[in-house]
Amino acid sequence: MIRFLLVRLAEAATTLLIAAVLIFLGVRALPGDPALAMAGEEASPEQVAAVRAELGLDEPLIVQFGRFVQSVATGDLGTSTRTGQPVTQMIATTLPVTLWLSGLAIVVAVVIGLALGVLAERRRGRPAELGANLFALIGLSVPNFWLGLLAILVLAVGLGWFPASGYVDILEHPLAGLHHLALPAVILGTGLAAVITRQTRASMIETMATDYVRTARATGIGKARILLRYGLRNSLIVLVTIVGLQLGGLISGAVVTERIFALPGLGRLTLDAVFSRDYPVIQAVVLVITLGYVLINILVDVLYSVINPQIRTGGAAS
Amino acid sequence: MTDVLQPPPARESDDGAGSSAPALARRRGILRRLLSSPQGRVGTVLVALVLLAAVLGPWLAPHGFAATDFAHPFQRPRTIGYPLGTDDLGRDVLSRLLHGVRASMIVGVLAVTLAVVIGTPLGLLAGYWRPADLVVSRLTDVALAFPFLVLAVGLTAITGASLTNAALALGIANIPTMIRVVRGETLRLREADFVKAAIATDAGPVRILGLHVLPNTISAIIVQATVIMPVAVIGEAMLSFLGLGIQPPAPSLGIMLSDAQQYIYRAPSAAVFPGLAIMLICLAFNIFGDALRDAFDPSTAKGSSR
Repeated sequence: MIRFLLVRLAEAATTLLIAAVLIFLGVRALPGDPALAMAGEEASPEQVAAVRAELGLDEPLIVQFGRFVQSVATGDLGTSTRTGQPVTQMIATTLPVTLWLSGLAIVVAVVIGLALGVLAERRRGRPAELGANLFALIGLSVPNFWLGLLAILVLAVGLGWFPASGYVDILEHPLAGLHHLALPAVILGTGLAAVITRQTRASMIETMATDYVRTARATGIGKARILLRYGLRNSLIVLVTIVGLQLGGLISGAVVTERIFALPGLGRLTLDAVFSRDYPVIQAVVLVITLGYVLINILVDVLYSVINPQIRTGGAAS
Repeated sequence: MTDVLQPPPARESDDGAGSSAPALARRRGILRRLLSSPQGRVGTVLVALVLLAAVLGPWLAPHGFAATDFAHPFQRPRTIGYPLGTDDLGRDVLSRLLHGVRASMIVGVLAVTLAVVIGTPLGLLAGYWRPADLVVSRLTDVALAFPFLVLAVGLTAITGASLTNAALALGIANIPTMIRVVRGETLRLREADFVKAAIATDAGPVRILGLHVLPNTISAIIVQATVIMPVAVIGEAMLSFLGLGIQPPAPSLGIMLSDAQQYIYRAPSAAVFPGLAIMLICLAFNIFGDALRDAFDPSTAKGSSR
């Protein structure tokens, strides 16, 4: 297990390093000279050169990269050119919003997906299965930002059940916070719920047809126990895999969801930064998302190896 | 290290496809099998309709996509001359919808093409040659779930938002899944008798892969393309909605939705049609893809796992 973890961590570090290099080079490939931009249009060549030296832009790329890595490692992500605030601080205030939104969306998706997936298997060939399949098909085909618009139109504006936008800190005011996040989280979770429904159904059908389940049935073990012990255990492996695989889609979806419901999260920070060409923020956001992505992937791998010991020993090599 | 993030359904290593049969002989029954199921018929008709709308859109549209009629903004659907109403600038919603579907399909086709053109050779290589597999599969694992939006943000930051960049970001994002599918098929086919026979005759790797393996992976590639298509269509709408994709005044379903959000209280119907169009396109390809998979591989028809 420790060896497994070390290998994973080494891989994660490599991924991050590659990402850092790409981000570093990407920002430097941007059109426009930052020194010229900072010194102003009327600056003399000497003044531009002075600014360039001050920013360290006249040094070799490798030295610049070393300094970039060093400052990132110490938590200094630079200063926003749009607001003048430290980027680290901007991320610290927006990240929790996105984490709450995505976390709640995953919970919603897992609960709905597992329930419908199991239901579909239990009621094969009946209307309930058809309903679950239809939900999965439509859930995969509906753009979630459109669903968000409709939800605002009907549930927030029409019926007034939920606030149409805004964010309340969920730790300070749990009920109000949840009330504000409920609609966005359900909307963001729908696509994931559809995928989970499909996979849970498929995995349950497969497991229930295996010899060991038939044997268990023959020995008189109750239906509910079989379902929990064999069906859901196998579905759990599938579940962890899906959440790992859908992570990217979830992050992308969170950006749009934040935009529709006017949530002050990482997504809005990113979009504002892109449209105002706030490169320090863009660079930092991409780094932070990559870091989060890598960390969650490690978590998924560890969970996976806990649920399915075959992975650790390499017994399930394809 | 094993593939920890291997997608659960055993599609790629499915051995029920009768791999020893020559590819072309197997394909003859596909169309008949596809059209024999209700799902297949519905999917085929829907996809045909979407493609027709995309190809003939500019000629079917009653007005230009940017033609304004300032005397008649916010017309309700079923107004004479404007079957689906008009937007805030009096532009015909139906015409913009048809052009938008066309743009969606262009981005979708470009993204799928990119994923196929780059993913297929890499998948063949990884499935056939172990040393390459180590590198390619590790990279695929890492890239598989990377948020395409971050990629799009990066591209936009460097070169600006455009249809091409949206297609590029969506294409790149879908290369890993294509590699996965082709690699899985190649691994399976390597063990097939006719490939072993070809290896025994001292045929070179290019000949074996091109002549014996590739033709038999085509069904899997086509099915995967139908999976990528709706993802790319939603992705384009999402990017354009955020301002990172197609730029106004060029028509896009995503832009129509983001416009509609501005005046959603005044003209709710403007927010309904573009979303319905996206959903219809995606439903069409999802249903068609599922039916096509079953037609290619009858053994999965009952499980119908994704």
